[in-house]
Amino acid sequence: MSGLVLRGLAKNLGGRSIVEGLDLTVAKGELVCLLGPSGCGKTTTLRMVAGFVEPDGGEILIDGEPVTGLPPERRPTAMVFQNYALWPHMTVFGNVAFGLKLRGLPKKEIRDRVGEALELVGLTHHTDSRPAHISGGEQQRVALARALVLEPKVLLLDEPLSNLDAKLRVRVRDEIREIQQRIGITTVLVTHDQDEALSVADRIAVMNTGRIEQLDTPSGLYDAPGTRFVAGFVGTMNFLDGRAADGSLHVGETAVPFDALTETGSDARSFAVRPENVVIGSEGARAKVIREVPRGHFREVLLTLDGAPAQLRSYVPVGAPAVTGEVRVRFARVHGYPDAEV
Amino acid sequence: MRMLIRRAGLAAFLLVFALFVVGPLAWLALRAFSGTWQYPHLLPDSWTLKWWTQVLDSADLGGSIRLSLVFAPVVTFVSAVICLPAAYAFARYEFPGRRFLLVALFATNAFPKIGLFLSMAGVFYSLRLMGTFAGVVIVQLLGTLVFMTWLPAAAFSAVPRSLEEAARDAGAGPLRVFFRVTFPLAAPGILVAMILSFLASFDEAQGTYLVGAPNYVTMPSTMYELVVNYPGQVAAVFSVLLAIPSVLLIALVRKHVMSGALAEGFQLR
Repeated sequence: MSGLVLRGLAKNLGGRSIVEGLDLTVAKGELVCLLGPSGCGKTTTLRMVAGFVEPDGGEILIDGEPVTGLPPERRPTAMVFQNYALWPHMTVFGNVAFGLKLRGLPKKEIRDRVGEALELVGLTHHTDSRPAHISGGEQQRVALARALVLEPKVLLLDEPLSNLDAKLRVRVRDEIREIQQRIGITTVLVTHDQDEALSVADRIAVMNTGRIEQLDTPSGLYDAPGTRFVAGFVGTMNFLDGRAADGSLHVGETAVPFDALTETGSDARSFAVRPENVVIGSEGARAKVIREVPRGHFREVLLTLDGAPAQLRSYVPVGAPAVTGEVRVRFARVHGYPDAEV
Repeated sequence: MRMLIRRAGLAAFLLVFALFVVGPLAWLALRAFSGTWQYPHLLPDSWTLKWWTQVLDSADLGGSIRLSLVFAPVVTFVSAVICLPAAYAFARYEFPGRRFLLVALFATNAFPKIGLFLSMAGVFYSLRLMGTFAGVVIVQLLGTLVFMTWLPAAAFSAVPRSLEEAARDAGAGPLRVFFRVTFPLAAPGILVAMILSFLASFDEAQGTYLVGAPNYVTMPSTMYELVVNYPGQVAAVFSVLLAIPSVLLIALVRKHVMSGALAEGFQLR
């Protein structure tokens, strides 16, 4: 059964279409990421699910029940805001207990449930602190506890990690995923960080100009980007304009042989190659090494193709012999797209 | 050496500042206790408490003190009831004429009040508000409108919307969001506005005298009569009495007043 269904969701603001005809089905207990550049409509979509933005068209169903016309306070959703939005005049306990108090639960039950929620996020020692007196990561976890304590049917996370420093981001990211899986809650996470999306999501919806460009699992998205935009947005990619013929990619005055080609539509003009699919060896097109950059568990090699205005990135295992000067390259796998520009 | 010059400059500045601000107040306080005080002498020639007993024993004067203490809270309350919803609207909604209205509020303070009061008097006569309690309240309200709208409007708009949305999300309806989140967070700014309104009403003399006399003569309007009819020392005693509520109020709420609450009032767009 599906936890959350968006059907033909649309929103216009100031004569501009922010979200148009968006369809998305999130299974119960699944974590779906809305991934896209700023202005792609991902946050507006999330806010429509929460009830803060009224859609101009389409409908929203949670556990099969339509909620489209309901105000936020009557929806079974809970949101974690980008800036956490903790109430500064209440303690951590007060923040988490707020929704339970509104529901008129007995004092003891409120205490127990707030205690459980804070334990879930590992913050029991800060029960009586004010939000201003705890760190950003801790505030983030209070916001998560505040959302989860209400036992919502759908958890909404709006760029939950963007205000944390890099190291903390990875830790909190893993914690969010771990908690989400433990309690099995249907979750929608909005982010512009593809790394974040790839590492926590069951499925990712890549959004661009108010539409979903591709909805797929992280590995599906990475291995087979369906559009030029997705290819450019998810992971690192080399782009080459040219033509494919006779097992080679003709770029400028040179031709690079490839092993496999996936074409979207016919007559592809724009081609994408992952750095790990740029193979440096004894055969193929001539290229020059510009420099090599150690990246920890692999090395990144920057190349220029002879006779073509193209630079290539290639990933080489750490143990492999160093590459310098003149080399030859071929492509293990190439994706072709009809449109040259995005 | 430069340090010394800077210190001397600072000291000189503080001295002049003290002379201008504290000087008149000190003079007033001394004068309230003085018997005779001739020109060249730096301190009064003799001391007495008779002006104080004269003021406090006089039924008229005591009555005006009580009257002031009734008007100020009433005016502050009415002003809050009228202005706080307006302040919220200015802070949270975009409507035609919003900026014009916001600036227009200043108009009541931009002209000499006495002109405004005279034209109001005409209207008040035809509405039979002259010499009534309601009339005095209305005339005193004028001076409180700007504080009671601008400062709370700034306080409301300083409350991030996401805090209100988070409360909606947790299950609170719009009214509960206002009373549990928006209002408590805007409270310091509103408190400042209420104190300023209280003092504005407490110190308002011209309009109150024009509309209220002879039925309602508050402390500041009594001042006018005192200056004319009594020795100067009585006026001094009265000034000191008038200052007490201001000083008390400000001392009482200093710790609650956000440092930025006043400044915020002028950052509205």
